[in-house]
Amino acid sequence: MKDFTLRRTSLYIPGNNPGMLVNAAVFGADSVIFDLEDAIPLAEKDSARILVRNALRSLRYPGVEVTVRVNSLSTPFGRADFEEIVPLGPSAFRLPKCERAADLREADELITELEGRSKIPAGSVKIIPIIETALGGSNLLEIARSSDRIVALNYGAEDYTADLGAVRTREGRELDDIRARTVMAARIAGVQALDSVFTDVNDSEGLFAEVVRIRELGFDGKSVIHPRQVAVVHRAFTPSDREISFAQRVLKAMEEAAVKNSGVLSLDGRMVDAPVVAKARKILALAEAGRGVKKEGTRHEE
Amino acid sequence: MIRERRGQAGSLESCDALVIVELSEEKKGILLELDSPSLLSYEEAMKSAVIETLCSLGVADALVKIQDRGSLDCTLRARVETAARRALAFQKHGGTI
Repeated sequence: MKDFTLRRTSLYIPGNNPGMLVNAAVFGADSVIFDLEDAIPLAEKDSARILVRNALRSLRYPGVEVTVRVNSLSTPFGRADFEEIVPLGPSAFRLPKCERAADLREADELITELEGRSKIPAGSVKIIPIIETALGGSNLLEIARSSDRIVALNYGAEDYTADLGAVRTREGRELDDIRARTVMAARIAGVQALDSVFTDVNDSEGLFAEVVRIRELGFDGKSVIHPRQVAVVHRAFTPSDREISFAQRVLKAMEEAAVKNSGVLSLDGRMVDAPVVAKARKILALAEAGRGVKKEGTRHEE
Repeated sequence: MIRERRGQAGSLESCDALVIVELSEEKKGILLELDSPSLLSYEEAMKSAVIETLCSLGVADALVKIQDRGSLDCTLRARVETAARRALAFQKHGGTI
C-alpha cells in the first residue's frame, strides 16, 4: 500500500458554506471533502472556489486530512478549480466522473504543471478518483493504475445506479458488483477502497449495518454527508474485542517465533502466515484509531 | 446614463457576509457601507480586507455594501473578491452575462 492515511470517514462539506468550512476540523472525521462539485449550484461555482481557496490559504485543520472535490476537467469549471486550488497544496483531489485512464492522466499532468508553477513539491497533491458511470465501473483497474498520485478508489452510488438504471434499496444489493470490483481493483493497485455515502442521515442503524458489511468486504472507509454519521462509521470500523484479542495474540506469537528463530508459526493449532499477520496489524491500527484499546490492551467502555 | 455594473456574493447566514460591489465610472474612490456585529473590535481590519481585495483586482472606484454576519477575514475577502469579479465580468461583457 502506497499510503497509510486513515480514511474511515470522508465528510462532505459544501464549498460555499463558510460556517462548516471554518469548523471542518471539529467534526471528528478522518478526512474532509470541500465540495466544489454537486453541492454547488452552477451560479455559485465561482464563489465556492474562491471561498475554499481562501479557507485553505488562511485556516489550519489539525488532525484531519483536507481534500477537495473539484469539478471534472470535462466541465467549464474544472480547469479553474485546479488552477486556484492546487497552489494551496490540499492533501488530495477527489475527481468525479472518472471513466478512463486518460481522464486521470490529464488531471495528473495539469496538477504536475501547477505544482511546478507554484513551487510545491511534485506529487504532493494526491488523487482519489470517483467512479460514477457504468463505463467508469468497467474501467476500474485501468483507472486505479493510471497515476502514481492515486491513493484510494471511490465510487458514487447515486450517479452510478442512475447510470445503470438500477433501483436504490436500503440494503444496497444493487451495489454488490461495484463494491466487490472497487475493492479488487484497489488491492491490485495497492490503494485504499472507499465506499459511497449512506443518504438517510436519520437511519443510524441502517448506516451501522452497512458499514459493518462494507468492512467485511474489505473497504477502508466511507464517505459521509452529515457530521452525525462520523461516530457511527468509526464505531462500525472499530474491531470487536475478539478480533483485537486474536490480533494481539498473533503478534505476540510472531515475536516469540522470531526469538526462537522458528520459521513456521501456529496459534491455537492454526497456521499463521504473512497475510494473517498483516490483517492483525491492520485490526490493531483500526482499534487504536477508534481509541478502542488502552496501552495494556484492554478495551475502553463506550 | 451610467450603466449599472454590479456584483453580489455571499449570504446572510451565520459566519457569512452579503456583499454588493457597484463599480463607478466617477473617480470617487471606494465608498464602503459596512454593517457588522464585529464593528467595535474589527472595523479597521475589515475595512483593510475590503480595500486590499479590491486593489488586488484593480478596482479603485466603487460603492461597496456589506451586511456581515460574523464572517472570518478569509470569508469576507472571498465574498468581496467574488462580488467584484462578478461586477467586472458584467462590465467586460457589457451586461450580457
